[in-house]
Amino acid sequence: MAQKNYSDANSALEGLLFDGMTIAAGGFGLCGIPENLIAAIRDSGVKDLTVYSNNAGVDEFGLGVLLQTKQVKKMVSSYVGENAEFMRQYLSGELELEFNPQGTLAERMRAGGAGIPGFYTKTGVGTLVAEGKEEKDFDGETYIMERGIVADLAIVKAWKSDEHGNLLYRKTARNFNPLAATCGKVTVAEVEEIVPLGSLNPDNIHTPSIYVQRFVQGEHEKRIEQRTIREA
Amino acid sequence: MPWDRNQMAARAAQELEDGTYVNLGIGIPTLVSNYIPEGVDVTLQSENGMLGMGPFPTEDEIDADLINAGKQTITELDRTSYFNSADSFAMIRGGHIALSILGAMEVSETGDLANWMIPGRLVKGMGGAMDLVAGVKRVVIIMDHTNKAGETKLLKACTLPLTGKAVVDRVISNLGVFDIAEGGLKVVELADGVTMDEVREKTDATLVE
Repeated sequence: MAQKNYSDANSALEGLLFDGMTIAAGGFGLCGIPENLIAAIRDSGVKDLTVYSNNAGVDEFGLGVLLQTKQVKKMVSSYVGENAEFMRQYLSGELELEFNPQGTLAERMRAGGAGIPGFYTKTGVGTLVAEGKEEKDFDGETYIMERGIVADLAIVKAWKSDEHGNLLYRKTARNFNPLAATCGKVTVAEVEEIVPLGSLNPDNIHTPSIYVQRFVQGEHEKRIEQRTIREA
Repeated sequence: MPWDRNQMAARAAQELEDGTYVNLGIGIPTLVSNYIPEGVDVTLQSENGMLGMGPFPTEDEIDADLINAGKQTITELDRTSYFNSADSFAMIRGGHIALSILGAMEVSETGDLANWMIPGRLVKGMGGAMDLVAGVKRVVIIMDHTNKAGETKLLKACTLPLTGKAVVDRVISNLGVFDIAEGGLKVVELADGVTMDEVREKTDATLVE
């Protein structure tokens, strides 16, 4: 069996990073983000990155750290509202930004991973998102064509991996992770726990191991953006 | 008296139909879940990947892996299911969600919606809003009738970049309830004490009987 299990995030990315590359990242807000791999990318100093990720982290955490070090050339995201440094770089022209509707971004990753180069959707018709895109009518309704994404590297965060790289996610930390995992030419997963072969129920695997080339166990801070509570 | 946020949310809750799946947007729409009428059972979708959204957690129940689309900590219910973002938007784009309640910056008399961007000033992104208005069967907007500068948000045509074209079915503002109808906005009801004169004065969109 090929060795997929790496001892730390830096070695899990060894030989995979180069300037100008594209990276697909899992996560929604700060939930289910590959914290350790992001830190390792920062430490590597790789630059001019194009990053496909629903959000861009916050100033000090998540993908925000790669914005602070100016390693990102372009973000493709649906919502970047929590990140002041992002806004500053974008409005000053230092950072390129392509807004994708959230469902379009998810479907672009899914399609790219499934060998589907483009698809049609109603989302964004008649808006800025439709500019420059092919339109086509089906059954009397107008749709726009969106492209599948294949990234040089995908980085994802899972709850558990078995020793073969079959992944399980937990609650809403699943989000974009299974989709990003499919659309990387190489996919590296960081997980909370590596469990023995045979201990995961094969009926319950979220990401089959074929999509995961490398994985690493890491510590996760799991920062919470909006701590909302009710009285007990 | 015009409605306050909670009264608008309570009025919007009257739109909920028993046995349906519903998506509530961020802000005032989230408050709608506090006013679900007795005997009406709805399942709330959160587009980050959850059906069956429960209330906020107690301090002991907080779980960083369990948030809603507004990134707030929440809880699960007995009926809850989790799924990935593509499955989540397949539900939305595939027309499986009955109702979406969203906020807005502007709505036009033909049902165009603008709620994601002010060029050069506010660049946050559309999140899932464009998918919701394109795919969900019925779209209800909750918003103040006028903006902070006192200008109407119900226009003949939107001035801001659109979220969707001809996608809004009904607007619930602090002044009343308005349907997108043939020829303009149809007044469905007014908040107690609000007059048609006040509505006319604060509305740019064509009002029809």
